[in-house]
Amino acid sequence: MRESLTRVTDTDAGGVVELRIPSRAEWVGVARLAVAGIASRLQFSIEDIEDLKLAVAEACTNCIQHAQGGDSVAITCHIFSDKIVVRVEDSGAGASARALEPRRLGEPKVGGLGVFLIRSLMDDVEYELNPHAGTTLTMTKFLRT
Amino acid sequence: MDIKVNVRELNGRRPVSVVDLNGEIDVYTSPKVKETIMELIDAGHYALVINLENVRYIDSTGLGVLIGGLKRVREHSGAVNLVCTNPQIKKIFDITGLVKIFGIFDTEAQACENL
Repeated sequence: MRESLTRVTDTDAGGVVELRIPSRAEWVGVARLAVAGIASRLQFSIEDIEDLKLAVAEACTNCIQHAQGGDSVAITCHIFSDKIVVRVEDSGAGASARALEPRRLGEPKVGGLGVFLIRSLMDDVEYELNPHAGTTLTMTKFLRT
Repeated sequence: MDIKVNVRELNGRRPVSVVDLNGEIDVYTSPKVKETIMELIDAGHYALVINLENVRYIDSTGLGVLIGGLKRVREHSGAVNLVCTNPQIKKIFDITGLVKIFGIFDTEAQACENL
């Protein structure tokens, strides 16, 4: 059985690229490099590509660390002429709401920085918590002209 | 996507342990970094310089390891300084507010002098 699947679909919006990785730490690097490749093709700046890489990696890491019972993480990139919308969803019981709360900065604290980074680096972030069907994080980065 | 970790001891006016990191620090590689730092602290090394000059990428789990190390050495009145000039990595320390918690220097000599 194949553990990962990449699929590219042409749409009126520009295209959709789908990647599914096993819910394991060693695969997060593959997801971030794939998204970096897509963003590079869309002419995002190097700085914005780095932001996207980190945001996607943080979202995947959240799925792996907090989803209960999930065996894979799906990353879907919707490509538009002026932006990329990346959806990251796990197949587990879903992250706890606490895991997705932005942390307060100030005191040094281990953990909780991931969602703060995602919100800081992306232009728009939304998440859906479903206790039965997993968690979906949707984030948008606009192409700067 | 790997990390190489090397530890050097500098026996100057104040002994300093320098941790050289080379590669990418993420959820997969950060346990190796954590293990090295915690072993140093457990062995009584509380003055640490962590050299990030050859680190191309760091995520929140990597930041968490550095914060964990800092908290541990502070329990023994120790300190952790970082060497970093990569603008993308400095940006991560900046937006997370960690620039106020760590000493971040351009050179290893400066990081050691300011411990």
